[in-house]
Amino acid sequence: MSILVIAEHDKAQLRGATLNAVAAAQKIGGDVHVLVAGQGVQAIADQAAKLAGVGKVLLADGPALAEGLAENVAAQVLAVAQGYGHIVFAATAEGKNVAPRVAAKLDVAQVSDIIAVDSPDTFQRPIYAGNAIATVQSTDAVKVLTVRTTAFDPVAAEGGQASVDAVDAVADSGLSSFVGREVAKSDRPELAGATVVVSGGRGMGSAENFKLLEPLADKLGAALGASRAAVDAGYAPNDWQVGQTGKIVAPQLYIAIGISGAIQHLAGMKDSKVIVAINKDAEAPIFGVADYGLVGDLFQAVPELTNSL
Amino acid sequence: MKVLVPVKRVVDYNVKVRVKSDQSGVDIANVKMSMNPFDEIAVEEATRLKEKSVATEVVAVSCGVAQSQETLRTAMAIGADRAILVQTDAELQPLAVAKLLKAVVDKEQPQLVILGKQAIDDDANQTGQMLAALLDWPQATFASKVEVSGDSATVTREIDGGLETVSLKLPAIVTTDLRLNEPRYVTLPNIMKAKKKPLDTTTPEELGVDAAPRLKTLKVSEPPARSAGVMVADVAALVDKLKNEAKVI
Repeated sequence: MSILVIAEHDKAQLRGATLNAVAAAQKIGGDVHVLVAGQGVQAIADQAAKLAGVGKVLLADGPALAEGLAENVAAQVLAVAQGYGHIVFAATAEGKNVAPRVAAKLDVAQVSDIIAVDSPDTFQRPIYAGNAIATVQSTDAVKVLTVRTTAFDPVAAEGGQASVDAVDAVADSGLSSFVGREVAKSDRPELAGATVVVSGGRGMGSAENFKLLEPLADKLGAALGASRAAVDAGYAPNDWQVGQTGKIVAPQLYIAIGISGAIQHLAGMKDSKVIVAINKDAEAPIFGVADYGLVGDLFQAVPELTNSL
Repeated sequence: MKVLVPVKRVVDYNVKVRVKSDQSGVDIANVKMSMNPFDEIAVEEATRLKEKSVATEVVAVSCGVAQSQETLRTAMAIGADRAILVQTDAELQPLAVAKLLKAVVDKEQPQLVILGKQAIDDDANQTGQMLAALLDWPQATFASKVEVSGDSATVTREIDGGLETVSLKLPAIVTTDLRLNEPRYVTLPNIMKAKKKPLDTTTPEELGVDAAPRLKTLKVSEPPARSAGVMVADVAALVDKLKNEAKVI
């Protein structure tokens, strides 16, 4: 049976998360199709058609899909879902918003945030903030999945040559409407896909002090992250939050500065390849997962580290 | 306007759970249980809507074992007017809970249902969206701000990269994110008062809902442990390790 992957995009570009979702779909085995839904998104469909391993791209282009409202996108997925054995979303804010709506309409369970595919109906997923891994088998005819992007290496963005088939776009549900969007501008790499992440916690002390991390991040080409404590204290914006309830990252290098290492935070970063912790409290739980730990004053260590790079 | 708030009894967020040695699940015997933190935020938001005279009644509902009554009492101590327990000892998965909640919604006819965005035990993040789908209502997930006026709700949502605002036609479903509000502490007088508030009990059978699980848990295992790290004496040693040993910079 074929697998349908729902593409994510920002109207100008296919998002990286789609490449990871396609990779997971290939592990399931079967013909992989990608649905691109939006308005004026022919270019996105062309990008999706070039992804390695994609057999066909479905393009739904219409005004109801312009802002990605869950009601309309879910209806669009359902409109094309016939005949697919698996429907795969990336476990991003967008995917998590739409996937359960699709699953419930199909009267099937959804498997959230899978980190491995054992067989076409058996998947692994973390529970209890990543403190346990559950292996679950779906008994439903259609498997609706969301994929933890950091657990699957992305497919190549070039090399495929799938056909692009236009499908009818759904009409607006009339249930909801888009009001506005405030997207934080950043020149740094996107947090979820960055190879290096520099994160600050409550130990940073203030939003002003958080700026201390910028030169370090710039030198390393890193994305900036934050613990929930730092976000709640107003030191850093919401979308920097790394953790169970924020972003899940798995970079090559994660530098945790002034972060104690609560379970909630560890759930978001403990799959990083190398973890460095800088904290003045030698007993902080973060040192339990760090490959390299430095006990010391961050206000001294961070500038020193920046200068030595 | 009536607001319905589903709440879940979960292992307290401070507890570090252990996987059972036979890999059948995690050991939750004799560990501290509390209300799912996101649900506390949902109850708080509903209570604030009542305090602003937007809501007239707040009804808390929970699905699960008899002890979930404690969770419902907590919801009533925060501000819910009454509670409903859908009692069952069977394992409940999000789709089943969404179906049970739909049956309760059909009876209670609320204009707004506020749920937590996810429970910290199964980390599924599905129930609100599924309930919205089953009812054919609009949804606003991961809410950080909710304003209700007339027959619509304007909700600011946390999305990857920033914030998004949507307008929903009521009745509607909202799921809460962490920054929606700071739940109040329950006071002793309110705990006492909550004991007198009505708590009705029903069952999946009475609601006519098949709550059988669709996902079979084959095993639950420990996540791979990280090998022990080393402490370095100073920044120079750290840089040296990162360059020459880990080779990540």
